[in-house]
Amino acid sequence: MPSAPVLPLTRDASSRFLPWLIAFMVWLAAMALAAALVLSSFSEQWRNDLTGTLTVQIATAPDGQLATTEHRLNRALDILRKTPGVIAAKAVPLKKISELLAPWLGRDVVTETLGLPIPRLIDVKVQPEAIIDVAALRERLNKEVDGTQVDDHGAWLYKLIALAGAIEAIALAVLALISIVAIATVIFATRTSLTIHRDVIELLHVIGAKDAYVADQFHWHALSLGLKGGLAGVFLAATTLLGLGSLWTGVESSLLPPVSLNIWQWACVLAVALIAAGISTVTARFTVLRALGRMP
Amino acid sequence: MLLGGRDVIRFQNVGVRYGLGPEILHDVSMRLEEGSLHFLTGASGAGKSSLLRLMYLANQPSRGLVSLFGHDIATTPRRDLPGLRRQVGVVFQNFRLIDHLTAMENVALPLRVAGASESQIREHVPELLNWVGLSDQIDARPSTLSGGQKQRVAIARAIIARPKLLLADEPTGNVDDHIAMRLMHLFEELNKIGTTVVVATHNKALVTGFSYPRLHLANGELSVLKAGTPFAENDDETNAEGLR
Repeated sequence: MPSAPVLPLTRDASSRFLPWLIAFMVWLAAMALAAALVLSSFSEQWRNDLTGTLTVQIATAPDGQLATTEHRLNRALDILRKTPGVIAAKAVPLKKISELLAPWLGRDVVTETLGLPIPRLIDVKVQPEAIIDVAALRERLNKEVDGTQVDDHGAWLYKLIALAGAIEAIALAVLALISIVAIATVIFATRTSLTIHRDVIELLHVIGAKDAYVADQFHWHALSLGLKGGLAGVFLAATTLLGLGSLWTGVESSLLPPVSLNIWQWACVLAVALIAAGISTVTARFTVLRALGRMP
Repeated sequence: MLLGGRDVIRFQNVGVRYGLGPEILHDVSMRLEEGSLHFLTGASGAGKSSLLRLMYLANQPSRGLVSLFGHDIATTPRRDLPGLRRQVGVVFQNFRLIDHLTAMENVALPLRVAGASESQIREHVPELLNWVGLSDQIDARPSTLSGGQKQRVAIARAIIARPKLLLADEPTGNVDDHIAMRLMHLFEELNKIGTTVVVATHNKALVTGFSYPRLHLANGELSVLKAGTPFAENDDETNAEGLR
């Protein structure tokens, strides 16, 4: 028959509330971590979009003739293709522009008969490591083809990346705060248990138990509570994230990438349970050893 | 520091004070030889429990030298103290049995903390419980045992690991005279096989019924009295100054 544990830690009040507290903190931590990971992915994708592409806009010819505009377009393409660092420069077909504008202006707005001054667009691909002086390129293009605009998307996308970075940093700070609160909670619960079982601990001490013998009992107990709370917390977090993911799929936006996590990001979120169990175990053991160290 | 000689315990000018309170023990000097049996007497509050706590290393002295099995406690590394404590068996006045453990588990505690195997525990503990007359109470919890039965479980726990030194704090306080005598005979048996024994007691009949020297505490001072030394008239008075 297996013997009963010497310290009846499972009967302590902390054994009932601690897994719930850990579950709640793990849920918060997992959500903060998921937010940080998703924002990191967003930033990465936006950064990739930024590096390597430019959009050049050629204003319609003053005479409104499509042929003249086409000539200006070809001149700009020629300059762009000769610019060092540019891999490719390709005019966006009129049909494509028409499709992009159709939701607002209706179909066939780019025809000569309608006469709307729709600018022509050029997609420019740049070598990833190349540094293009956008201002100089703009000036050169305008000398040959006046009214040309060069957009590297940076002005507003950099702000968006900075905002995402700030939110990511806040999420990580929240994660750190949750860890600190978790440690403080475990310390408090362990000290309470030490007080409750003071007589038995002193008895064990007197009959020759090493500090590690007592600490082991708290260690395994804290591991068990940490795992219970941690697994419950990540289960809740996974459910929440899957729910948010399904809501996100309804949002159509070319700017915001899909909110789903990849397998490694899921592994990181799930690892929060193990980290929580590890934190409770190490904290409980350290707290007990520190308290026992004060005994003669 | 390892001190020479066959002394199980040596005290030299030991003083004990709790916090900023008065000194409970003053300049206690004594030595207990291996294989000796002593009574420890003194009025309530004279410092008997404090002296015993020093002996089983639950407290450190405020001053002076305490040596156990030749080790100066002040200079012995803390990691070595559990090993010394395991060589000391203690019968506490209030038994200090663990309520949620059975008699068997309570008695097995010193073996468990020493890392004994389950087979050793299953072999020795029932044997000892049988020896103290509790073979039918192996699975009983302390709350279901009588005072005398608890006392015997406490004694079994104190001696299961075959300690070199056995300290008993008022072991006969909760039992009738007949059982008190039987317990004393049990301590004598252990003493005969080489265990050094100290029995703290108020029971004058017990002390006078056996011929062993007496450590007597009065007003925090210790005197070592030869066997048969009669009790002074005021020996039963409570020492209010020394109450903890």
